[in-house]
Amino acid sequence: MDAAAPALPHGQHSAPAGLWRWLTTTNHKDIGTLYFCFAATMFLVGGSMAMLIRAELFQPGLQLVQPDLFNQLTTLHGLIMIFGVIMPAFTGFANWQVPLMIGAPDMAFPRMNNWSFWLLPVAGLFLLFSMVLPGGAVAAGWTLYPPLFLQGGISYDLTIFAIHIMGMSSIMGAINIVTTILNMRAPGMKLMDMPMFVWTWLITGFLLIAVMPVLAGAVTMLLTDRNFGTHFFDAGGGGDPVMFQHVFWFFGHPEVYILILPAFGIVSTVLPTFARKPLFGYRSMVYATASIAILSFLVWGHHMFTVGMPAAAQLFFMYTTMLIAVPTGVKVFNWIATLWQGSLSFEAPMLFALAFVCLFTIGGFSGLVLAMVPVDVQLQDTYYVVAHFHYVLVTGALFAIYAGLYYWLPKWTGHLPDPALSRWHFWLSAIAVNVLFFPMHFLGLAGMPRRIPDYALQFADFNRIASIGGFIFGASQILLLIVIVKCVRGGEKAAACAWEGAEGLEWSVPSPAPYHTFGQPRELR
Amino acid sequence: MRPAIGNLRTSLHLVILAVAMFAFGFALVPLYDVICDITGLNRDAAQALANNTQVDTSRSVRIELLANVQNGAVWRFTAPNDPVNVHPGELVRVDFVLENLSERPLVGRAIPSYAPAVASKYFKKIDCFCFREQRLAPHEKLLLPVLFVIDRKLEADMKVMTLSYTFFQQGTLI
Repeated sequence: MDAAAPALPHGQHSAPAGLWRWLTTTNHKDIGTLYFCFAATMFLVGGSMAMLIRAELFQPGLQLVQPDLFNQLTTLHGLIMIFGVIMPAFTGFANWQVPLMIGAPDMAFPRMNNWSFWLLPVAGLFLLFSMVLPGGAVAAGWTLYPPLFLQGGISYDLTIFAIHIMGMSSIMGAINIVTTILNMRAPGMKLMDMPMFVWTWLITGFLLIAVMPVLAGAVTMLLTDRNFGTHFFDAGGGGDPVMFQHVFWFFGHPEVYILILPAFGIVSTVLPTFARKPLFGYRSMVYATASIAILSFLVWGHHMFTVGMPAAAQLFFMYTTMLIAVPTGVKVFNWIATLWQGSLSFEAPMLFALAFVCLFTIGGFSGLVLAMVPVDVQLQDTYYVVAHFHYVLVTGALFAIYAGLYYWLPKWTGHLPDPALSRWHFWLSAIAVNVLFFPMHFLGLAGMPRRIPDYALQFADFNRIASIGGFIFGASQILLLIVIVKCVRGGEKAAACAWEGAEGLEWSVPSPAPYHTFGQPRELR
Repeated sequence: MRPAIGNLRTSLHLVILAVAMFAFGFALVPLYDVICDITGLNRDAAQALANNTQVDTSRSVRIELLANVQNGAVWRFTAPNDPVNVHPGELVRVDFVLENLSERPLVGRAIPSYAPAVASKYFKKIDCFCFREQRLAPHEKLLLPVLFVIDRKLEADMKVMTLSYTFFQQGTLI
């Protein structure tokens, strides 16, 4: 595996230059880059909305935005961060890394790959464009619950359309990734030889194919309820609004694992590199990931304990939810065991991966608290829930994305990221994110409801602290942008194997990775 | 790399899975009802939980119902024939009937009164036709329900109470 990659000689293909290249590219590396650019742009948009939300909540009373705009901001912030940032960023990793890690020349269906990317900006524009339509953007929360969602204006239909397009993009992307992983591994690479990141994406791909169509069905039912006189969820015609919640969360809970399983994969790649030890318990890691994915189909009811559910169903969903803590615990144990007696060094990817292990676990624990029915009845729709899912999505999914970015940037750009600036980015982010989200636990326990632009006076202090943390966290992401731009333009040259302890096929090709890799199949021993 | 035909077969399977899951999303709507029927969830047991535990079954009160009209009225307003016996705390519904006998639209409102007068504070009306203005087309007949609970704090010596309504026309006939 030390030999340089036998890349295809350049000149065999004539790639168009400029914008046309990016519009028509079928190269998995180009498309991966496009996914990252899209995610970064949407991160800026969704992040600005979060800043506006935190600015409004800086003190009680209405200062900057009116309640209606506030509801639009929280709704769009949720939709954009989930469908426009985390999912595209992980798909960007899959595009760049899966073929490199399994020794495939490209994705299985390169042209469909191009198509699944270019659908995304269309959907993103639809969402943003709806802000200037009469009545403003969708303001019913990212969960789109009827009856409120059935009563909105034209932008609600546009949002349904945007979700359809994003769903199609995700399904096509997932079909592409799963097919690539199943059929195009280097000769000799069995399923159980695959890197952990590839495993997590294989399982994520199946989850996507299984649940994105359910979301598409749910929003289609909303669409026909709104426009074509059906009554799936319209109580006025005999429908059941709670039914939407059941269908939505049947998608929604596997969706949260779609947002976190690739993060597990990245962390399982980064930790062994900087501990200079192989991943502890590879097999149990694979089985844990698979069992999390299977269990995710049996727990949707824990999002709706308070809607009026028989005690038997509440108990069932409570127990299955708590059961998920077991495979997750296996994973956390394996990560810590990987670090045990390793020769640790603390480069930026490692710092973010370590922060992930600590902070994601906090988010996991608050999830366990919420899994208990009697406690959840108290905490449903409070800031405790907001704190919980921001710990798992920001310090979980997003920090893993940062870890992966710093880890693979040398492979993509050929330069090592600026060590000083990236450490500044880490420490500012890691401290600010706790100042931002930790007080929200207390706010929730004290009873502050989510999705409100104004609040009672007793919540003022913790909200002020959270807002200050939010502003620092938002501002420190500018550092990341600077690091990436610097890294693309120059910096210390990276070797083919950029990190001392790194293992895997991707490190056997030069840095930056040539436009075409693994043109000839690489036999694995 | 294995032949592309293998990729097409794999992706075909995955497309079928995606389409099946889309259909399954719709199938979930009737499926939930089927599952609840099979398991009995959200059926009898859940309804039992909704039972009112605040009914004082140890005693009952006789409620007499009256409907009054003024002389020369062009409408017929009738109360249920029989008095009702209710337990304090129990939710009760009774239906009055109002019929417009004229050729013109009728707009008016019913005003309640109670006997003995002290009974008024024990009548907790959940919903009543007297809360709203009533509009009747010529010769229209309306069923007017009233939902009420007799407060459990009702004095023990009050055995009989009367709820009576008088219907007054509002405005001038057009």
